[in-house]
Amino acid sequence: MKPGTRLKSAACDTEVMVIRAADGTIECGGAPMGEAKPDEAAPLSADFSAGTLMGKRYVDTDGKYELLCVKPGKGSLSVDGVALVVKDAKPLPASD
Amino acid sequence: MNIALLLEMAAEAAPDRVGLVCDGKRWTYGDLLEAARGAFELIQESEAEYVALLDESSEAAVIAVFGAALAGVPYCPLNYRLPDADLGALLGRIAPALVIGDEERVIRIAGDQGHTVFTREEFTLKAQETYPADDAREYDPGEGVAIQLFTSGTTAAPKAAILRHSNLLGYILGTVEFASADESDAALVVVPPYHIAGISALLSSIYAGRKIVMLPNFTPEEWLRLVEAEAITNAFVVPTMLTRIITAMENGVTAELSTLRAVAYGGGKMPLEVITKALGLFPEAGFTNAYGLTETSSTVALLGPDDHREAFASDDPKVRARLASLGKPIPTVEMEIRGENGEVLGPGEPGEIYVRGEQVSGEYKEKSALDPEGWFPTRDAGYIDEHGYLFLSGRADDVIVRGGENMSPGEIEDVLLTHPAVADACACAIPSVEWGEAVGVAIVPREGCDAPDEQELKDLVRARLRSSRVPEKIAVVGELPYNEMGKLLRRKVKELLAE
Repeated sequence: MKPGTRLKSAACDTEVMVIRAADGTIECGGAPMGEAKPDEAAPLSADFSAGTLMGKRYVDTDGKYELLCVKPGKGSLSVDGVALVVKDAKPLPASD
Repeated sequence: MNIALLLEMAAEAAPDRVGLVCDGKRWTYGDLLEAARGAFELIQESEAEYVALLDESSEAAVIAVFGAALAGVPYCPLNYRLPDADLGALLGRIAPALVIGDEERVIRIAGDQGHTVFTREEFTLKAQETYPADDAREYDPGEGVAIQLFTSGTTAAPKAAILRHSNLLGYILGTVEFASADESDAALVVVPPYHIAGISALLSSIYAGRKIVMLPNFTPEEWLRLVEAEAITNAFVVPTMLTRIITAMENGVTAELSTLRAVAYGGGKMPLEVITKALGLFPEAGFTNAYGLTETSSTVALLGPDDHREAFASDDPKVRARLASLGKPIPTVEMEIRGENGEVLGPGEPGEIYVRGEQVSGEYKEKSALDPEGWFPTRDAGYIDEHGYLFLSGRADDVIVRGGENMSPGEIEDVLLTHPAVADACACAIPSVEWGEAVGVAIVPREGCDAPDEQELKDLVRARLRSSRVPEKIAVVGELPYNEMGKLLRRKVKELLAE
């Protein structure tokens, strides 16, 4: 998956931009994400329904995946069934 | 990844929020994105290979940078202060370009280069009135160059530094939290559009959701007036501006400044006297010293508000000395000090500053300056102390930085040497409260000649170069210090001039 690729959730409004990715399946709301929205929406899995927040970056523990949420939704993000977590960025004072 | 994403996200999250105020006109994020999309159409139609700006800061700079990004064409803001011949040569290097700004001048000096030229007003209006021919526009994926900036070219012809979308996005995403600003936050932007800080200010404020207030022509009075009128919360200044603001305040110019929470500065050496006064005059503001270069997409190290206040309040000379420091590298950047043979130096040892990170491009159109491991040699000299604070000792190549303007000692020396009574000359930086640094020169009179009159030498430099190059201090010496290899020891001349 190329950096810069935009993926859409099949289960909610979430859209992410890929910053870093490996070969696993990127999912939202428990369903695989794709560059196009499917004609029929996938059901939102209760296990992956915590929601996404605009502008947050989501990562896996190994540092192989990083996704930037560019449109929020009700589903939450995972790779091969393992939930991604919000990347904590230490806020810096504005310097420009 | 395309930097246009920053504006797209701001417009998606808050289309009706005011993102920009310029000349009294207010632009929402939605307005700006729509105009950038209109600019994309104009750029496509022109078949330009670059989008250039030859103008002061205005909404056109924002529309142009994002319009160019959407079109996948590098945005190249130019220094309008350059003489015609130099500017014409730069325009020639980016032809054919869509040039926005001083139409009359472009036609006069580069009329035969195939550019498409718009005045600011024409460009802004057309960008607003032009809509995509169909809804499903394919915008550029952002795999190439977003911005090209010509270096000031003090030693040779200006180099074309390039910043890729990935460098700039690496910087913004790594240092700015999306929509983290309150709706009442407002940043006062006074840096010219052709400076990296002028570009990074636009990108970071838009991503943070902080309203940009532009002041194209800095005067301390207008700066103070705008802080009050627009309830400014954040401001970036170069040291010279801060000096002038303080002088104006000391001379009785008053303004309501209580909204001002954060003042960042950079672009040159800040005199200790000035920052100390500023900390006293703005007791509520947090000060941040930012160190960065064009080739690093802006800030790579910073001294934050807490460090400033701690140093200001301390009696410990070592802690107090941090007011002159550039702070610590930001978390997303690696930094090393290296010696002459490339060896990594330890705390306190002076050498050349090297940086590495996503935001570090270190790339020129002609070639990349990165080493095989991705490190960029900044050509700045400095050291990191035992607590991790970075101190800059000067330019590795002795460039004099006067009020943010870089000047090469060589060009001043060359002019002085044209005087029949001057046998040898050395120009170097001397400390200046107003400008950070100013030009000092030492001259050796030709044998059998009397030393020329100071005013005569100043007039000579003024006539041949710009007035900023005129030496503030002139010393007459019997000979200049050279080492055994015949290399001029500028440091010794500096010491002599400081006496």
